[in-house]
Amino acid sequence: MDTFLQQLINGLVLGSVYALVALGYTMVYGILELINFAHGEVTMIGAMVALSVIGALVGAHVDLPGIAIVLVGVLAAIPACMLLGFTIERVAYRPLRNAPRLAPLITAIGVSILLQNLAMVIWGRQYISFPPILPRTTYHLGGATLSALQIFIFVLSLVLMAGLIVLVQKTKLGRAMRATAQSPQVAGLMGVNINSVISLTFIIGSALAAVAGVMVSAYYGIAHYYMGFLLGLKAFTAAVLGGIGNLGGAMLGGLLLGVIESMGAGYIGDITGGFMGSNYQDVFAFFVLILVLVFRPSGLLGERVGERA
Amino acid sequence: MNFRLLTPLLILAVGLVTTACGKKDSVENQNEVVVKIGSVSPLTGPQSHLGKDNENGARMAVDEANTQNIMLGGKKAKFVLVSEDDAADPKTATIVAQKLADQKINGVIGHLNSGTSIPASRIYHDAGIPQISPSATAIKYTAQGYNTAFRVMTNDAQQGHVLGQFAVTKMGAKKIAIIDDRSAYGQGLADEVEKAAKAAGAEIVAREYTTDKSTDFTAILTSIKSKNPDLIFFGGMDPQAAPMVQQMRRLGLGAQFLGGDGVQTTEFLHLAGADGEGVTASNPGVPLASMPGGKAFEQKFNAKYGKIQNYAPYAYDAVQVMIAAMRRADSADPAKYLPELAKTDFNGVTGHIQFDAKGDLTNGSVTLYRVEHGKWVPLETVRNDASPAPR
Repeated sequence: MDTFLQQLINGLVLGSVYALVALGYTMVYGILELINFAHGEVTMIGAMVALSVIGALVGAHVDLPGIAIVLVGVLAAIPACMLLGFTIERVAYRPLRNAPRLAPLITAIGVSILLQNLAMVIWGRQYISFPPILPRTTYHLGGATLSALQIFIFVLSLVLMAGLIVLVQKTKLGRAMRATAQSPQVAGLMGVNINSVISLTFIIGSALAAVAGVMVSAYYGIAHYYMGFLLGLKAFTAAVLGGIGNLGGAMLGGLLLGVIESMGAGYIGDITGGFMGSNYQDVFAFFVLILVLVFRPSGLLGERVGERA
Repeated sequence: MNFRLLTPLLILAVGLVTTACGKKDSVENQNEVVVKIGSVSPLTGPQSHLGKDNENGARMAVDEANTQNIMLGGKKAKFVLVSEDDAADPKTATIVAQKLADQKINGVIGHLNSGTSIPASRIYHDAGIPQISPSATAIKYTAQGYNTAFRVMTNDAQQGHVLGQFAVTKMGAKKIAIIDDRSAYGQGLADEVEKAAKAAGAEIVAREYTTDKSTDFTAILTSIKSKNPDLIFFGGMDPQAAPMVQQMRRLGLGAQFLGGDGVQTTEFLHLAGADGEGVTASNPGVPLASMPGGKAFEQKFNAKYGKIQNYAPYAYDAVQVMIAAMRRADSADPAKYLPELAKTDFNGVTGHIQFDAKGDLTNGSVTLYRVEHGKWVPLETVRNDASPAPR
């Protein structure tokens, strides 16, 4: 039981990070039907920028509590990523908006590789460690261990996700976003400036990615120019699992993927009597994905694609 | 969606272009013979810091050789290092190997990983090109019957045997959990540790797996925690080992942590921070400070490239061994100097180098280290003369 609870906690924390990154994929897809493969790299850049700032502050022995230093790092990473997201859309996707759908997909992969190599040149090939400045308080919950950082990551993710849903459902900008998603042409005719709506979508998604990037590097203690690749792939999977284009789906998909991975890795060996080990962790996660897609091709909460014009 | 496919394709494209251009360069000066030595290691991806280190080690040896006016077959030899990136990926490794074979490279230093050295070794063997790996430790690399495959590193059978015995006899472990990263290196080493630990009387309570790209190990560590081991052995590299140790401590898992040469790096200390204290790991060979030419090498290397990550001295020695064989044969022709390479008897920076019939070191040793106050402190060096011959 202790182990089960611990695995559940592990999975939910991992899943909330996946969900936060998945939101970026799903927002862009919902509006442009474009899979922005560079999103994982935006997360990485966020982590790198924050770590550079944090590293500089720690190196200069600035007399601030650890949390404040990390906050400064996050506040530096968010505008950097916003600018990056805006630039990516402007340079790589907007000129191709009316091109065949394969073209922006290839540019997305190109941007992703470009950003990876750029980060390699700027920050080097080595792993960058997250300075141990955050309090390491741990709590015990029915035999399971829970750190303050884990609680913080989980809660912050939920707050950000809820904030995003309010933004999309309740504000004028949100209405413009939903209108653009339904039909960019008609929304344009109704007076919505679709270019700025699309830019804002990328900017908001990138800001979330920046926060996710800092959380991942704080949680695992390391950052690397390659970290965005696997994270992006997992988050994309989560978005598809939940139903790409659907915000609630991205959250559900992210949390579910985290828990499935955690449970899969933790129990698959015991269940199969050692026949299949934790090396089947990813196989297990993707098996669930395939199963969901067979019965619900548009994902768990996805709307039917046919309804879209 | 498959990004990995893209890398080999790009490399292929670059390869075609560079080989096409290479034709012009091969018009040799009458009194000069160009000797091309390949260096292959991951220069991109999670292990690129180690890859660059190997390249630097090899480059330093090549640069030095060029200042020594070496004559081969009556002509002045000009050594050129051809550095290639295999991204630690077995598929890419074979493409790069083929590319080097096609340009009639004179010899290859590499690859860094066992997983890449093994598939590449067949291509070098078919082309008759001598290959010396500075860091591949998997048994299989030299066990395939290829007379072209050598290494200047103690192999996994020797290292794993020492690690397994040390865990039980010196660290007092009775219940051991083993994790490996499913690479040829990690898995091979973990298998040897398991054998040796069992033989020494310990119980293996868990055998878990991860990948060489993961950073989250909480799930497998939680599962291991429920089995109460007193020691965890990890077969893999530092980018995984450091977060693994941190997550162990965060989960309140108090077991001792033991690793191989992939863990015994400066990068590990840097990444693991305070959680790295007390971690034990082995490295084939002897500590840099007790290497015959260790101090001098470190000074030269630091001045040129900065900190040594891990295998640079081995890459340096591998190049030296290769060039020494060429000098004895008075030729850079692989067919001519290969027999001389097998007869190597060389005092390098890392120690005395002599190959057995398979291409393994005859007198490789293993040193165990422990992290104390943020530094790797040597515990003891075990000569492997007593270890059994690998299968």
